Amino acid sequence: MGLTMTQKILALHAPGQDVQAGSLVECRIDLALANDITAPLAIQEFGKLGVEHVFDRTKIALVPDHFTPNKDIASAQQAKTVREFAQKEGIQWYFEVGRMGIEHALLPEAGLVKPGDLIIGADSHTCTYGALGAFSTGVGSTDMGCAMATGSVWLRVPEAIRFVLTGKPGPYVSGKDVILHIIGMIGVDGARYTSMEFTGDGLQYLSMADRFTMANMAVEGGAKNGIFPVDDAAQAYAKEHAGDIGTILEPDADAVYRETIEIDLSQVPLTVAYPHLPENAHSIQEAMAEDIAIDQVVVGSCTNGRIEDLRVAASILRGRKVHPRVRMIVIPATQKIYKQAMQEGLTEVFIDAGAVFSTPTCGPCLGGYMGVLAAGERCVATTNRNFLGRMGHKDSQVYLAGPAVAAASAVAGRIASPQSILQEV
Amino acid sequence: MLMGGKVHIYGDHIDTDIIIAARYLVTFDEKELARHCMEDLDAGFAQRVQAGDVMVAGRNFGCGSSREHAPIALKGAGISCVIAKSFARIFYRNALNIGLPMLECPEAVDRIQPGDEIQVDLARGVIYNRTRGETYTTVPYPEFMQKLIAAGGLVPYTRAKLQEAGHA
Repeated sequence: MGLTMTQKILALHAPGQDVQAGSLVECRIDLALANDITAPLAIQEFGKLGVEHVFDRTKIALVPDHFTPNKDIASAQQAKTVREFAQKEGIQWYFEVGRMGIEHALLPEAGLVKPGDLIIGADSHTCTYGALGAFSTGVGSTDMGCAMATGSVWLRVPEAIRFVLTGKPGPYVSGKDVILHIIGMIGVDGARYTSMEFTGDGLQYLSMADRFTMANMAVEGGAKNGIFPVDDAAQAYAKEHAGDIGTILEPDADAVYRETIEIDLSQVPLTVAYPHLPENAHSIQEAMAEDIAIDQVVVGSCTNGRIEDLRVAASILRGRKVHPRVRMIVIPATQKIYKQAMQEGLTEVFIDAGAVFSTPTCGPCLGGYMGVLAAGERCVATTNRNFLGRMGHKDSQVYLAGPAVAAASAVAGRIASPQSILQEV
Repeated sequence: MLMGGKVHIYGDHIDTDIIIAARYLVTFDEKELARHCMEDLDAGFAQRVQAGDVMVAGRNFGCGSSREHAPIALKGAGISCVIAKSFARIFYRNALNIGLPMLECPEAVDRIQPGDEIQVDLARGVIYNRTRGETYTTVPYPEFMQKLIAAGGLVPYTRAKLQEAGHA
């Protein structure tokens, strides 16, 4: 029986073990990641194991990004715990404030992810790296603590669902619209425990930024990981950032998939996910017909805080103003993206439009700080979750969208398509 | 291993932000987290729940974030076991890793009513409904997982394994 791409990567990291779907395998890991919320508990659990040091100080990444720059005393204490552990253990990939970024944008950018790698992270959106043809998945702090000691993790080999992408997406339709559309089709548990394997001719129209966004949200369909083939675009990215194209693995021709779903990208509309689940997908036409007034817009996060996202948002805001009733918060995902936005003049566009332009942080996405919502407020966000109370008060609402719809909505003061804004000139 | 108590019943897709909101993730103290468990959905839960109680829910329980604070909050609140139609994978793993058992049993979820008292026999994979006199069966955990839960989670279990291998 043939193997899927995910099974091939697991086999590479679990020599001699059976990697049929459903098997339990013990895998060697190439990188283990944690942040300022999950690392402190992982460090405590690591300390209970009785080992002297981490298994390999070059294979652990610690990124304080959720509540940093420290939002209060308690989060400062947590960040301090992570910093001191990193110093004591000589962790090579500790990223301090001022040099950091949102973990899932940062690690690929810093060249820590290569095709064929096996990466676990104490953050559910660790699945982002599947865009580069790596196997990556989220775990909890205890798993992270044990992995720091042993350099290995046990995993259940997932079944796979194959998504065959064809056609060319319409104007402004991005990876975010595609993945929201897919989650709308399959539901938030439609891919539970499985690997979402993306393939098809339509991939040529999806940039690496689009693919990172899609792999990032695989977990919102319940998946263990999302993964893309290592085509020219992925190889070019890996070469540029990691200096190495890693190990390129392809699924066998007779690989077994639980299901194959075809998506014609030309038919995917600009998509908005209504509160309180990412599966509540609606087309922009439906959303505009409901005339949904908003109070806040957030462009950023591990899902959509890349330079490509900021360029799209700025192209819509250029020469326009954020609606008087709306607060717009733009957060580049890394320091490098921040600087690039400045050099390209995007920062000026956002500030002239009346938006906030912030240092990298996960802050508002999870209702931490930098954009917490009050009761009754509505936000359009390029983030990944719109759960009850996710961005603040339990009576606030989050609508998920791509950067084009987010920027257009900021100008309109209600959920709007970019086309409706551009026509107004 | 027997456990049980009164049930607390919820619906599908109970996410980790509901179980413990991110604004409380500035600590991993189980008693502190327990005070805010389920707060946005059911503000009275933390007051009502008693040691040994069982949470019952629909599909995809624990979806969302990888925060281990979610099962810690439930355990800290006194929940001894969660019975659901299905679980999100990271949450399921985290719960077992801290020694909080999760049972997948759609029949039990469909039958159990508010106010029922439940007892769970983990070794046999059997759920007893004391109020209705009903029994629901589920697949028992393999022996290693029963040991892991009895040991209190993955860390004490791994520590013992490391010592066996002479690494510590």
